[in-house]
Amino acid sequence: MSSNCVLSVGIDIGTSTTQVIFSRLTMENTAGYFSVPRVSIVEKEVVYKSPVHLTPLIDQSLIDGDAVREIVAGEFAAAGVTPADTGTGAVIITGESARKENAALVLEKLSDFAGDFVVSTAGPDLESAIAGKGSGAARYSEETGEATVNLDIGGGTTNVALFCDGEVAARGCVDIGGRQVRLAPDWTVTYLSGSAQKIARFYHLPLETGQRAGPDTLKALCAAMAQLLEEMLGLSEPSPLLREVETPGSARFAPPRPIRAVCFSGGVADCIYRSGQDALAFGDIGVLLGDAIRRGRLFSAFHVIPARETIRATVVGAGTYTTSISGSTIAYDEGLFPLKNIPVLRLSAEEQQRCFSGDRAFLEKKVRWFLSQSDSDRMVLAMEGKKSPSYGELRALAGAAGPALDAALAPGLPLILVVHSDMAKALGQTLKGLLPPSRPVIAVDSIRVEQGDFLDLGRPLMGGLVIPVVVKTLIFG
Amino acid sequence: MLSQSLIDQIVSQVVSQITPGAAPAAPAPSAASHAPVPGAEQGSAGLEDITSPEQKAVPLLAHPTDRDALMRMKGRTPARIGVGRAGPRLNTKTMLTLRADHAAARDAVFLDVDEKLMESLGLFSVSTQCADKNEFVTRPDLGRDFSEEALETIRSRCQKNPQVQILVCDGLSSTAVGANVPDLLPVLMDGLKAKGISAGTPFFVKNGRVAAQDRVAEVLGATVVCSLIGERPGLATAESLSAYISYEARVGMPEARRTVVSNIHKDGIPAVEAGAYIADLIETILKARASGVDLKK
Repeated sequence: MSSNCVLSVGIDIGTSTTQVIFSRLTMENTAGYFSVPRVSIVEKEVVYKSPVHLTPLIDQSLIDGDAVREIVAGEFAAAGVTPADTGTGAVIITGESARKENAALVLEKLSDFAGDFVVSTAGPDLESAIAGKGSGAARYSEETGEATVNLDIGGGTTNVALFCDGEVAARGCVDIGGRQVRLAPDWTVTYLSGSAQKIARFYHLPLETGQRAGPDTLKALCAAMAQLLEEMLGLSEPSPLLREVETPGSARFAPPRPIRAVCFSGGVADCIYRSGQDALAFGDIGVLLGDAIRRGRLFSAFHVIPARETIRATVVGAGTYTTSISGSTIAYDEGLFPLKNIPVLRLSAEEQQRCFSGDRAFLEKKVRWFLSQSDSDRMVLAMEGKKSPSYGELRALAGAAGPALDAALAPGLPLILVVHSDMAKALGQTLKGLLPPSRPVIAVDSIRVEQGDFLDLGRPLMGGLVIPVVVKTLIFG
Repeated sequence: MLSQSLIDQIVSQVVSQITPGAAPAAPAPSAASHAPVPGAEQGSAGLEDITSPEQKAVPLLAHPTDRDALMRMKGRTPARIGVGRAGPRLNTKTMLTLRADHAAARDAVFLDVDEKLMESLGLFSVSTQCADKNEFVTRPDLGRDFSEEALETIRSRCQKNPQVQILVCDGLSSTAVGANVPDLLPVLMDGLKAKGISAGTPFFVKNGRVAAQDRVAEVLGATVVCSLIGERPGLATAESLSAYISYEARVGMPEARRTVVSNIHKDGIPAVEAGAYIADLIETILKARASGVDLKK
């Protein structure tokens, strides 16, 4: 049984908090006795949650790498886990901390804990998706069929993701959060963020750093923030202010289906679901913002569902939902894994069609171009694939892709193909038949990747039936 | 197959009987009231194939409470859900689809596999002791054995003592054989060849049941025998194929000693993928010197 479990670590270094979790992913062959195996992750259980640490900072935005390392080392010890016990995981740097310098620093300082794992600055859009998976919004949408929005309201940002049937259908991010205004115990404003200033100016609210702020002024500010979220979710016409507080680099939230349910995560979520806390409990506007949202129209217009995780949604999402597993009929040569940070070249539908019609020259040119553009000498060739291809189509594809990649890749490097439709075992077998034995081949299916993604392929699991896969959108190192 | 023209004829007759207002529960009364009767002049060109996946995806329920949820449920099952009703009965379209699917299932059982297709795959044909399909469905015992003449053909045309002997059998669905074997068999043969496993001389068995493989294995001295055989068709698909694989098959051996890979069709396990998987499975069976439940021990 133990070989069917993988321990996964999640580390989230956010604007205000740093957390570590460990979760156990259990895999099982769910196909019947008379069928081709179908392995899936049947259970995801969080086995250890660290306390919520404040993210150690050197200045407003630069992380104190040594202090972060101490926190992580302490949590590994507290959980009784050594880095060798963990089979997969993700370190994710979110919110305003998501800067390249920080990512490089964390990678360096945590390399012996998480060197094998994903280290990524999430970027607002990815963070929205991860938080919604951790909070349970994704699962709720899958179980009930209701289009469910997750609002992950943290210190600096609110990450919004709409889930339909468990998949992200829209996402966005705004600079609204509990620590946009920080307060001393006597209501003196000690920090006022750029976006809080914009909102205050728009509503003519007298707020200034170093000055005491009246509770009514702050309540008005929080009501304005809550209203911006309502506008974002389509309850009223978006004001020009909404555009101004959108997080730079985030997508504009555009739901393709009417929203039915809403879920809250992030630190402020606890202040939304629970009322009656001391307004200055956290030295910021988190409690007031929570009150404003609870009294606002989000609660009357939508079906508000409880969150499985609130402040830990992102770290649970990162530690539990970033690893997926391949299809159960795949082909690979032994001894190649783990493979890390392999850049993905994804073929469009037309390009795939050219390969299926056997256009080897075109593909070789494309692959050579991709390798020349990329820092890596390895690559994954990815495509949608075909549902139930014919033998002729299979031969044509292998006949184009095999020799093209073999010619373009340096000798001895693995030829890696990732398709979405269930055809990898046949494709891998056909490729091997066409290539010299010295060329290792990996063909994996049931994984969807996009152009510009990077892929980690772990050691095979379940007696070699499946390979754990992490799809990353960004890497540093 | 039930001929397309017959289906067209039935549909156009029924459609012509529907008058506007008489069938308020019909899914698209506008089509009947505005358009000229489809099929009356154009023949089959103007008719939709009601058994196509696109047509089956359309819910017939007039006013679902949650259309998205219904579509989601329909996406997860081939069962006829969300079809609505006319009084206590099925809608005409549901009834016709059911009849057409049933006809396809009957055709799968009673039609013969295209001999030319088998020849194009390099397979010769022998028949079991069944004279025709009627005898095949009523006399399972005859579908498991061969005449002395047929055995002689097998002996004379096949390589002796192969590691694996492959049979293609029509079983209960000739349609399944036609739909899957042309893509599955070459991948399987490629896979066995790459593994250095001798695969003898595959051939086609007409009116064959699974246990026909036991006689063949005995006669040819095959270590492993693998039958690709049409599964009993249902109303969801008539194209599903299975592989029954037995280590040292003998006449009268328990069924528990067979390893089965089922559900091979375009909406189940794709034929090419099944071919590669079966090649691996045969390698495992040869190594373990066991098949069926013995393999799982």
